[in-house]
Amino acid sequence: MREISYRQALNEAMEEEMMRDPDVFLIGEEVAEYNGAYKVSQGLLEKFGPKRVLDTPISEAGFAGLGIGAAMVGLRPIVEFMTFSFSLVAFDQVVNNAPNMLTMSGGQFNIPIVFRGPNGPAHQLGATHSHATEPLYSNFPGLKVAVPATPRDAKGLLKTAIRDDNPVLVLESELLYNIAGPIEDKEVELLIPLGKAELKREGVDVTIICYAQTVRMALAAAEYLAKQGIQAEVLDLRSIKPLDRETIISSVSKTHRCVIAEQNKPFCGIGAEIAFQVQREIFDELDAPVLRVAQEEVPMPYNERLEAAVLPSQEKIIEAVYQVCYL
Amino acid sequence: MPATIPVEKDATKLPGLERELHLLYQMLLIRRFEERASQAYQQQKIGGFCHLYIGQEAVAVGALAAAREDDYVITAYRDHAHVIARGASLNACMTELLGKPTGCSRGLGGSMHFFDRANHMYGGHAIVGGHLPLASGLAFASKYRGEDRCTLCFLGDGAINQGAFHEAFNLSALWKLPVAFICENNLFGMGTHVARAASVKEVATRAKGYDMPSMIADGMDVRHMRDTVYTALQAMRKKPHPFFIEARTYRYRGHSMSDPATYRTKEELEKYKQEDPIADFKAILLSEGKLDETKFQELDREAKRLSAEAMRFAEESSELPLEDLHKYTFVDGADR
Ligand SMILES: Cc1ncc(C[n+]2csc(CCOP(=O)(O)OP(=O)(O)O)c2C)c(N)n1
Repeated sequence: MREISYRQALNEAMEEEMMRDPDVFLIGEEVAEYNGAYKVSQGLLEKFGPKRVLDTPISEAGFAGLGIGAAMVGLRPIVEFMTFSFSLVAFDQVVNNAPNMLTMSGGQFNIPIVFRGPNGPAHQLGATHSHATEPLYSNFPGLKVAVPATPRDAKGLLKTAIRDDNPVLVLESELLYNIAGPIEDKEVELLIPLGKAELKREGVDVTIICYAQTVRMALAAAEYLAKQGIQAEVLDLRSIKPLDRETIISSVSKTHRCVIAEQNKPFCGIGAEIAFQVQREIFDELDAPVLRVAQEEVPMPYNERLEAAVLPSQEKIIEAVYQVCYL
Repeated sequence: MPATIPVEKDATKLPGLERELHLLYQMLLIRRFEERASQAYQQQKIGGFCHLYIGQEAVAVGALAAAREDDYVITAYRDHAHVIARGASLNACMTELLGKPTGCSRGLGGSMHFFDRANHMYGGHAIVGGHLPLASGLAFASKYRGEDRCTLCFLGDGAINQGAFHEAFNLSALWKLPVAFICENNLFGMGTHVARAASVKEVATRAKGYDMPSMIADGMDVRHMRDTVYTALQAMRKKPHPFFIEARTYRYRGHSMSDPATYRTKEELEKYKQEDPIADFKAILLSEGKLDETKFQELDREAKRLSAEAMRFAEESSELPLEDLHKYTFVDGADR
């Protein structure tokens, strides 16, 4: 085992898959000569040349669509959005062309493509640059949505995504790029399946469901709660679609209480779906209503204090746990 | 200097000489404001993204000197200059950078989202190309109402490759909307040179596909900017139609505060610094006998004083109350 950063993990995933399969290429704004706006593609141009690592104009709809077209005839593009806030300019391509093609063509055309880049609020970027897009993309059948929280998951999920014959979104996080974590040595082929949640911490009193940015908050909350005598189980979804219903249900069946920590806006957010699934499957197991910790229902303010008030946090998770425990 | 040279919202009302000194003064105000902001960013008083305009001052100042007070103005996220040149106070701008409620967007917008309704400044927009259709809409409204006001829409060279650019251009040309699209060609969209991003050799050529008239202006020359835009606006007021102006300019700083700008050579940067819009215009005014060194120092001191004063004002301004969080999501209940 060694430690690498989340950024480095994504870089390794792309490097390894590009070595393995000449049909894989990377396309996006500033991915080549600038080495990526967030340096995720550092060194890839040097290794693979301008044929396989391509800088595009600021034309999200254009290069996302170009990727889908290339995928129709068998190439395997990795499309980097500088952030998923900018993917909204290409929304039609991602939600209409990528996931519908297989159905519309009666099974003739699958789209093996990965859309990746940072997603969710970063720090004081304001309303247009802080979108958590996971509820949007999760609403389209035919798209898979991965949400890695650790370097190991970032690498393993991205590699799996690149090999998947369907369109997969890998929603990264600017705030996680610098975090370091343990990971297998480079010689070990690290593939993590989509749709398998990971139990990050065992507990018996409450299940905290989290993903991406909220995993660290949930773990910190659980640490604190343990000192207060509450044993929280922490479940990292790792992918939202497919959703690991089984693990969620078995954990909540055990703890009888559930808090969902999500990084998106509350209305029609990820937690709404999970809460529905839980009550549908194990209504009788629940000792308290499921609670959700999400953003506040407002466009993101620039002001630092207000932004902090909008975002989910360790404190808000602890508060929600107290509530479901009737404390 | 406001004593002798007020920040005049409609520069055409000033007598000739003062009008010219006013151009110089506005460029100085913007430069000194941003130098102050740059320091404050390094001291972490400003958060998020901050894109400086240093080097490009002649574009906004020249173009807006040609505009009427009631013309509509809209721009992208490198927006400090346009808002200042439009007449907003440095206090309101600096306070916005610090995210306080006395800021021009109440501290909710930040550097990329400066708005100033009173001066017909419609933002500060941070999605590349996203504001171009809005400009068409502003122009549509004035035509709809039978007014002769024009819309000035500033955009970067990176924006000319966005779908929204092409849709806005076609709509504006098809419906003959009085909007002047002013492309600030500073050669780079982040680290990508315009030649690696656009299929055309000359940005201005883009207008041809829409049968839209176009002109190229020297964006380092404030008079040339003013006169070019004035010519376009005069024509547009007589008979509504869109115009495309490519302003050739250069930014001296990185794309944003975190960009070391390694994609260009020192020589290139130096070459453009030799064409500094402020130094050049100063030299011209000196040689024409319209300015002396004492007067210049006076103007510059005033610009520096106001920038420092703006920072003091911003730091002393009170914080946004947390209760205001939900106030501006819907119009009911919002203070406006
Ligand atoms: C749709 C979209 N894609 C990407 C970005 C990220 N981005 C911000 S500024 C920029 C470069 C824009 O360059 P240009 O239009 O030339 O303006 P300049 O920065 O030179 O003022 C990019 C890629 C964005 N804000 N919006």
